[in-house]
Amino acid sequence: MSKEIKEFPGTPLSEEEFAAKKVLYTEWHPKFEYAYDCGIGYGRYFAELKKGRIVGTRCKECGRVLLPARYFCEWCFRPVDEWVYLQDTGVVNTFSIAYTDWVARRIKEPELPAMIEVDGSGGVAIMGKLGEVDPRNIKIGMKVKAVWKSEAEREGAITDIKYWKPI
Amino acid sequence: MGMRKVAIVGAGMTKFMRRAQETGKELAWEAAKMALDSCELKLKDIDDVVLGTAPDAFDMIHMKSEYLADGCGAWHKPYVRGFVGGGTGVFVVDQGWYHVASGLFDTCLVVAEEKMSSCLPHPQGAFITIWDQFTESPLGPSLLWYFAMEMNRYMTIHGITEREIAMVSVKNKKNALDHPAAQLPAEITVEDVLNSEMMAWPVKRLDVSPTSDGAVALVLAAEHVAKRITDKPVWIEGVGWNLDTFYVGQRDLYYPKYVEYAARQAYAMAGIKDPSKEIDIAEPYDPFSYKELHNAEGLLLCGKGEAPKLLADGVTQRTGRQPWCPSGGLLGVGNAIAAAGTMKVAELFWQLRGEAGKRQVPGRPKRGVAQAWGDEMQVGTVIVLGI
Amino acid sequence: MFPKVAIIGIGYTPFRPITPDISFKEMMYEAASKAYDDAEVSPQADIGGFLTCEEDFEHGRSIYNMQTPDNVGAVLKPCQTIPADGINGLIEAYMEIRSGLYDVVAVESHSKASNVINRNYLIAHATDPVYNKPLNFNPYFIAGMEMNRYLAETGATKEQCALVVVKNKANALRNPLAAYGEKLTVEDVLASETMFYPLSRLDMSSHTDGGIVMVLASEERARALTDKPIWIRGVGWCSEAPSLETREWGEAVYAKLAGEMAYRIAGIKHPRKEIDFAEIDDTFSYKELQHMEALKLCHREQAGSVIEEGATQRGSEFPINVSGGSLGVGHLVEATGLQRVLEVVLQLRGEAGKRQLSDVKIGLAQSWRGIPGTSGAVMILSKE
Repeated sequence: MSKEIKEFPGTPLSEEEFAAKKVLYTEWHPKFEYAYDCGIGYGRYFAELKKGRIVGTRCKECGRVLLPARYFCEWCFRPVDEWVYLQDTGVVNTFSIAYTDWVARRIKEPELPAMIEVDGSGGVAIMGKLGEVDPRNIKIGMKVKAVWKSEAEREGAITDIKYWKPI
Repeated sequence: MGMRKVAIVGAGMTKFMRRAQETGKELAWEAAKMALDSCELKLKDIDDVVLGTAPDAFDMIHMKSEYLADGCGAWHKPYVRGFVGGGTGVFVVDQGWYHVASGLFDTCLVVAEEKMSSCLPHPQGAFITIWDQFTESPLGPSLLWYFAMEMNRYMTIHGITEREIAMVSVKNKKNALDHPAAQLPAEITVEDVLNSEMMAWPVKRLDVSPTSDGAVALVLAAEHVAKRITDKPVWIEGVGWNLDTFYVGQRDLYYPKYVEYAARQAYAMAGIKDPSKEIDIAEPYDPFSYKELHNAEGLLLCGKGEAPKLLADGVTQRTGRQPWCPSGGLLGVGNAIAAAGTMKVAELFWQLRGEAGKRQVPGRPKRGVAQAWGDEMQVGTVIVLGI
Repeated sequence: MFPKVAIIGIGYTPFRPITPDISFKEMMYEAASKAYDDAEVSPQADIGGFLTCEEDFEHGRSIYNMQTPDNVGAVLKPCQTIPADGINGLIEAYMEIRSGLYDVVAVESHSKASNVINRNYLIAHATDPVYNKPLNFNPYFIAGMEMNRYLAETGATKEQCALVVVKNKANALRNPLAAYGEKLTVEDVLASETMFYPLSRLDMSSHTDGGIVMVLASEERARALTDKPIWIRGVGWCSEAPSLETREWGEAVYAKLAGEMAYRIAGIKHPRKEIDFAEIDDTFSYKELQHMEALKLCHREQAGSVIEEGATQRGSEFPINVSGGSLGVGHLVEATGLQRVLEVVLQLRGEAGKRQLSDVKIGLAQSWRGIPGTSGAVMILSKE
């Protein structure tokens, strides 16, 4: 079949044709709004972030720490047994140096996203950004510490941690 | 195992384009019509329709399956959509399989459609909503962060270089030169890849597949019907899919366990014990160059960390012992998310029937595996086809 | 060759207009835990496949599927999402078991409708972006237009539609799961403000939050795991033209064809006689009448008279929506179909408490995707 088909259907448009409005189109600017219930697990997680602390939960059956804190263990499928305060230091599990933003535009100062294994969790990582570091020096396995917003600025969100810096 | 045998008997696809004039409905229609024509069936011969299409955020159409119903030929028919992110393209063929294997239907039309170009300023922006809305989206993550971090982890754990990975882009874009529907086929070198714009280290522009508009459709039929329609039915011998935890920090990114588990399910059904030997052609999902290697290891086509060597040795070239992405993959043909996965299945369909034209792999391939991947990068969907 | 399939476990959270104390993930976990206890299965060890029913935009996320496995015990297991109603989800599971792929499958859906700030705006995005959305109407006008056409074609009256509201909200008073039970009169309904003529406010169901999980199994596993399996006897689903410009307005063709498919599979020739009760879509009051006719539970143009005679009341020979329907329970978005099947299962098991119907053996559940959709599904379940 494929070898017999000379031309596949489809009319490609060039960006120029589109920008010059040579093609009829309609435009729409969506604005959706949601108010998400945080629930028990995330509710406490964010309340603790506001206090400048990172909390996880532990399932005694499998022994794992769950981070971000949640109230049931997805492996054992049972409620967790305790809240566990973790440290605000960790180890870089992986990272990137991003020169483009979320809509693929170039940015001047690169962003430094990373997965940081939080100390005390047994290797569980959370997403964050690195700061106060030369991108060329970042290594997997690097030790880092959270830099928090001031108490007055913290609102109970993941952004209460401004970034993680090497120690 | 007593399961009803189901075959793919027809296939069709549109070009994959950065921006198509056609609406999503029209793209779906073109592919569906072509698939029906390819096996000389009419819409009335189709019992059931399954749609695969990925994030509604691209076209901003809620309940997108309702909107696309007429383009998919679903008028007055049982019709349902499957949606597992990037894994959708292979998954909906698996879904069509169990629709027919259940005995409820003898024929099923599977349509995969994607119209990403509606999303401005760039379709990548739609992905801001894939992260955990509580703990990740507030950081303003770019989709590329994820791939870059995973690529970094894969490279670091195994000691693989960017140069070794760049060869995937070279191979696939070259393969795509022979695919008439391809969006970005090209003859490039490893140096071209390494010198291309650094987007999020270590991911460079030529490591990334282009966003696309496109649609692919397949006609599935139960054994007794398939044999009437064609002399060369391509049997669906194995299906599998698997989803890992949503919490990225609780798993190690260097290896896709969920691809392995999905593959094992499909191989068990197909009676395959050693895929590295028993699979003739593979179409692992390659939205980024390193993903072909990462996914191929998950598909158990080689050991962990060994994929780059197979690539360097030429084993996975079209003329090699086990071609990977002879179609040109997403890197070469285009990444119309859901349609891209189904494109891979269509490729196996044409290859196993000896109908892939200039892309035809030599010898007489008998079995192929296609795989797709997506969600929070934790779903693996697999299909094994054979003649 | 194809195994029979039964529902062997059900779990659900209470349906309430707001549920600020738990996140949607915790809601899914609660419903799943209860369902697995009921079925006496452990998700990792005993369940082959998992399936959730949800649309991305209900959560304001892309690729909702990714957020699901942990909440239903499906980590590193086959887990899929279908953007469709809960009955479609059950039907997918039914096909997976019949095909021999899995023996036991769990199906989940929930509503966190309370988390969507502007639902009208959300629904508007389901309309055609080129032909309809730019008109900038509140999309519920589509229901008003459909009701208008239905009344004109069938001769049904607004009073008869109001009787649906009265009946269902009264039924809901006996349902501890229901959020909107109320004692109303036809006058109350007619007097409520006109929203989208001829739809008035009380003709429209309100939303509620809640989660439901069901476990299905092949015959062999069902008989091993439970002594009260509820068998799936027939399934059907269908879609119609999505365009406002070309669809049937007065008749619910999707429901008619879905019903025909389900009756054919179940071997049912006279639905009204062979089925004992039904839970059918009443997102808007007139829909219950429209669906009765489409499903051949009465003759075309007769639904209005039938309800006037009280022939679908709780104590009658063919009770419809004894749970309270969406008007009385609350609309659970994609989980609505599961709520209808839940009621059928509870009734067939004899677990429906104060609203238990006597001597029921076969029930029908039907769902509709909601505006602006023209898709719907049907499932017929029985005790034996």
